[in-house]
Amino acid sequence: MINVQDVVKWYGPMLAVDHVSFQVKQGEVLGFLGPNGAGKSTTMRMLTGYLPLSGGKVEIGGFDIEEKPLEAKALFGYLPENAPAYTDMSVEGFLKFTASIRGLRGQAGRDAVEKALDTCHLQGVRRQSIDTLSKGYFHRTCFAQAILHDPPILILDEPTDGLDPNQKHEMRELIKTMGKTKAIIVSTHILEEVEAICTRAIIIDCGKLVFNGTPAELRSRSAEAGCVTVGLLNVSAAEATPALEKVDGVKTVTLLSEENGRALYRLAGDKGRTGLAASLKAFLDGKHWNFDELHTNQGRLDDVFHTITSTDSAKEVHK
Amino acid sequence: MKNIAVIAKRELASYFNSPVAYVFLIIFLILMGFFTFMMGGFFQYNEAALTTFFIWHPWLYMLLVPAVGMRLWAEERRMRTLELLFTMPITTTQAILGKYIAGWLFLGFAILLTLPMPITVCYLGEPDLGPMVTGYLGSFLMAGAYLAISGLTSSLTRNQVISFITSVVICMFLVLAGYPPITNLLLKWGASNRLVEFAANLSVMFHFESMQRGVVDIRDLVYFVTLILFALFTTNIILKTHRS
Repeated sequence: MINVQDVVKWYGPMLAVDHVSFQVKQGEVLGFLGPNGAGKSTTMRMLTGYLPLSGGKVEIGGFDIEEKPLEAKALFGYLPENAPAYTDMSVEGFLKFTASIRGLRGQAGRDAVEKALDTCHLQGVRRQSIDTLSKGYFHRTCFAQAILHDPPILILDEPTDGLDPNQKHEMRELIKTMGKTKAIIVSTHILEEVEAICTRAIIIDCGKLVFNGTPAELRSRSAEAGCVTVGLLNVSAAEATPALEKVDGVKTVTLLSEENGRALYRLAGDKGRTGLAASLKAFLDGKHWNFDELHTNQGRLDDVFHTITSTDSAKEVHK
Repeated sequence: MKNIAVIAKRELASYFNSPVAYVFLIIFLILMGFFTFMMGGFFQYNEAALTTFFIWHPWLYMLLVPAVGMRLWAEERRMRTLELLFTMPITTTQAILGKYIAGWLFLGFAILLTLPMPITVCYLGEPDLGPMVTGYLGSFLMAGAYLAISGLTSSLTRNQVISFITSVVICMFLVLAGYPPITNLLLKWGASNRLVEFAANLSVMFHFESMQRGVVDIRDLVYFVTLILFALFTTNIILKTHRS
């Protein structure tokens, strides 16, 4: 539904977005990640036709955003960064306005407004002026505007920004549900969100695309992925460390902590090798050592994010 | 067309949703009355005409119309709703026309509220209706021209104060361009007679005065319409290229 090809954006002499390409299909929720200032919002503004492209091509549902802007814009709902809204209007008035701009007039418009008010739990404040709303309501009002016309594509710039934990959870559930039938792009810098709602993630850094894959693939990039964490009881580190090093498949042994007779270790095996936890379990049983923790690490997203977006070596690899 | 109407309706509603409209209308009417009766000496003139009324319009509009126009786009930029507006399925031209028409209608409404003036004149004497009608037409066109210029300066900035000051200065030039201090200055700087005449012809005074006398010259209409279209066209270019 969304096709982004070699998109470039120059701000004067500054290259803000550097040949970024990606696609989003129906039924996909794409997490758009990157540090602040990486070019996320700029890319989204080009997708939505707000900023002109300096190069490349954007197609929304087959319509080129620069050549057929009206057709393309009719296909998506957009929640801009910081969720702007006309503050002097009431929630209902604002949504009615968006409905008529979207061509929903008369009964169809009223129905769409009611549905959006229900979905975003805004019925209680429908007649309130937007500038008197709390941040959560304000944000949801702008979100309601984006989903009002039930578009096949949603482009959401930091949709959970400024919401409390309950509202965040609700927003994620909503996106997940909608993601089954729509094509959705969600920009965020909250990594747990990617895990929670996205079927695919891309990472952009300094205007360049540095990762494009599933959240699980992203996780597996972590140095920690596949490592085993084990917590041993009533064994001294002096005794345990050399013994663990001899276990089949273990390459490095790191003592993470030792207190109250409990030693916490992280063991790394050869890359790509599985079954480390099983052989360790067999070893511990043989020694009759007690343990209260034994698991294989999934890898930490923030770890990967950190490596991909800040070290030069990581960038070299992906070029 | 429908999109233009939707935009205009929202814009008009936003004037009346805030105190802006009411404060503006009250100040507008107070100043109109003050200038006509106190400064212009309407009664001392002892003439059944609106001369002392219309003569102040270019000066009052110079300050009051930019106060309406300054928020047109600067406010959208400041509140970031510009991004919302231009990612909806409407063209830039539709947005500009919608907002401009709303502002112009609002000014037209303010001008209509001065109708007790001509009614009083008709009650007191037997005025010539022609100059009154053309005077109102000229006044409305002049307000439209000032508004288009204020909208243009408003599209350049997110700061309403900058927008206001800039458009007041431009409107002031348009008022003063035909006055001797300006024309003499231009002559002193070595401008040719033709250039000075051109500058003087740019003045709204030149075109508004003949309409006050009851003359609707096609050239005056062309002047106002050209000014409005030029300002709206430039606004369009600015809003298309200068968005972030």
